[in-house]
Amino acid sequence: MSDIGLGHFLIVSTMLFFIGVYGFMTRRNMITMLMSVELILNACNINFIAFNKFLFPNQLDGVFFTLFVIAIAAAEAAVAIAIIINLYRNRKSIDAEDADMMRL
Amino acid sequence: MSDSLALLLVPALPLAAFLLIFLVGRVYFPKFSGILGTVIMLAAAVISMATAYKYFFVTGKVDGVYQHLIAFKFTWLPFSETVSIDMGAIMDPISMVMICVVTFISLMVHIYSLGYMKGEDRFALYYSYLGLFTFSMLGLVLSTNIFQIYIFWELVGVSSFLLIGYYFDKPSAVAASKKAFIVTRFADAGFLIGILVLSYYTGTLDFETMIARLTVPGSELTAITTAGFLGVSALTWGLMLVFMGGAGKSAMFPLHIWLPDAMEGPTPVSALIHAATMVVAGVYLVARLFPVFAISCPVGLDIVAYVGVFSSMFAAVIACTQTDIKRVLAYSTMSQIGYMMFALGVAGYGGENGLGFTASFFHLFTHAMFKALLFLGAGAVIHYVHSNDMRDMGGLRKHMPVTHIAFLIACLAIAGVPGFAGFFSKEEILTAAHNSNPIIYWCAIATAALTAFYMFRLYFNIFWNKEYHAHHSDSHHGDDHHHGEAPWSMKAPLIILALLSIATGYIPFGSFVSSDGLALHSEFHLTSAILPVSLAIGAIIVAMLFYRKKNAVPDEIAGAIKGVYTGALHKFYIDELYLFVTKKLIFGIGGTIAAWFDKNVVDGVVNFSATVGENFSDTLKKMQNGKVQSYAMYFFTGVLGFVLLFVFLWDKF
Repeated sequence: MSDIGLGHFLIVSTMLFFIGVYGFMTRRNMITMLMSVELILNACNINFIAFNKFLFPNQLDGVFFTLFVIAIAAAEAAVAIAIIINLYRNRKSIDAEDADMMRL
Repeated sequence: MSDSLALLLVPALPLAAFLLIFLVGRVYFPKFSGILGTVIMLAAAVISMATAYKYFFVTGKVDGVYQHLIAFKFTWLPFSETVSIDMGAIMDPISMVMICVVTFISLMVHIYSLGYMKGEDRFALYYSYLGLFTFSMLGLVLSTNIFQIYIFWELVGVSSFLLIGYYFDKPSAVAASKKAFIVTRFADAGFLIGILVLSYYTGTLDFETMIARLTVPGSELTAITTAGFLGVSALTWGLMLVFMGGAGKSAMFPLHIWLPDAMEGPTPVSALIHAATMVVAGVYLVARLFPVFAISCPVGLDIVAYVGVFSSMFAAVIACTQTDIKRVLAYSTMSQIGYMMFALGVAGYGGENGLGFTASFFHLFTHAMFKALLFLGAGAVIHYVHSNDMRDMGGLRKHMPVTHIAFLIACLAIAGVPGFAGFFSKEEILTAAHNSNPIIYWCAIATAALTAFYMFRLYFNIFWNKEYHAHHSDSHHGDDHHHGEAPWSMKAPLIILALLSIATGYIPFGSFVSSDGLALHSEFHLTSAILPVSLAIGAIIVAMLFYRKKNAVPDEIAGAIKGVYTGALHKFYIDELYLFVTKKLIFGIGGTIAAWFDKNVVDGVVNFSATVGENFSDTLKKMQNGKVQSYAMYFFTGVLGFVLLFVFLWDKF
């Protein structure tokens, strides 16, 4: 047990990723699902940063990708919340079980 | 007028009559249609006779041999460079004889029908059908291509079907027309296969090329004679299948059952189609391919001869017992066509051996005249009596003198009494048979005697026997017997045909029609004529003793030979045999198996695939529930699957 290495970062990000997936699958509240998606995205970000730092220290690709992911996550959150609000207006509910219109 | 134009006009005029009357005349001038059809037919008859005259006496003969000329021919359906279906007109002695017979008899029937069919519903339709039939028959005899003959062959079948079923409100007529169509259609299937066999080996559909390749030794002839099936060469198979088509149309023995029933049609139609023209198409077909039969396939010719002679005798025996006058005539037609067939069968190619060929066409020609006359005469009688049954007739000679004399002439002609047309042609056939095959000769002699007997049985039963009194005054028409014998439109054809039934016998037929185109001078041997003529006259006398005055002798004789008599009366149970085979065996046993197979196997496959599809789609439908989380689940499962694939199996490939 010496330094904190790549393995530690990857373990954290994997835990974060699966917590996010679990939350996305089990939670019925759409806001919580959205938050779970953010967890998944952040798990990716940690991976990018960690690989960049440990494997290619003199490049910045991973960092740039992380910035892109954060930007896209923000846009996604905005769109998702707009959808959720419209859904609430129509259905008076933000429960994912009630939003089964895609079948029709 | 050039030959090509003339021979284009001859079939085109009846076709025009058909189209004009069928499309326009039926609605706008139904009463006038008969006259119109008759006038057009007259034009066609005049043109065809002029063309035939020109062919026989001016252009046709080169160095004493009648040529095969192609008046016109255009390629209709080319399959390849060498194989095509053409439409054309051939000029040779037999086709020229045939167009004269067809147009002339058709003209007579057109004129006769003006009186006979007067006042019928669908009068115009009747004339349009007559036009269609005449067109098809002319196209048939002028064919240059074996496929062209097949097309017109089917067309005459259709027009025959339409005309037999003309009284379509009568169930028996409907059944008869269906029977005629199905039986001949069955035979035509054989014909088609025969065409395919012959054209496959010869590589052509054209008659002349085909005949040339099948008679002159060469690669095609070697191929077709060496190839075989069940030990019989492909050539024999092909010709026999073609002959099957001819036998169906010409009512030869196993396929004859439709002809007697076809008498349900109007009587003039029987005269035209089922006596004089269409039924001799089979004879014409064999004659068209005659060089092939005679030179390359003598076995086939023997079969033609035996089928012909058997049909001829078989029909003659049945004709002695029938009481429906049209049926008697139908069996007599079958018998006479059998004569023509075996005359072809005993003939050889070229020179004196070709006597049978000449005799066959001679008999075809004279038979067309006197058989049409017999039918038209019978039509006049039926018109007068309103019954087909000879037991309702008798003593009509005083009531209808013209018909009586005409009918008597026709009977004498068919019986082969010297001086009348039938005598000359029949004598020639018997000579040809005598020269080649004693079995056929003796059967033919017996048939000739039977023919004389049943024709005079018919004659005496209609015109003598008992006194005629109108016991039908309460039947169909109130004014039954106020009309006279027959209108002039009916009497005129009878008189013309009666004269021709005598005159046509004196044509030196051998100098026009022969197997190789050379003139054939058949000498007339008095000694060979003695036996058949004395038998015929003896038979006539027997018929006179039996039937001139009503007496008990015929019934006693019938009782004495009860077995044969009952068999012949029921047409030797051939119809019942066919019914047994089709209804019991094919539809009964075969049908049960087929129905089981259809219900279980065919339907089973369809139902099974439907069930599988339905279940599968149900499963698939449940997956698509519209819930975003289950979709995410599928997506995630898929990703996981790929991950596992990449991690554990990627480097394996």
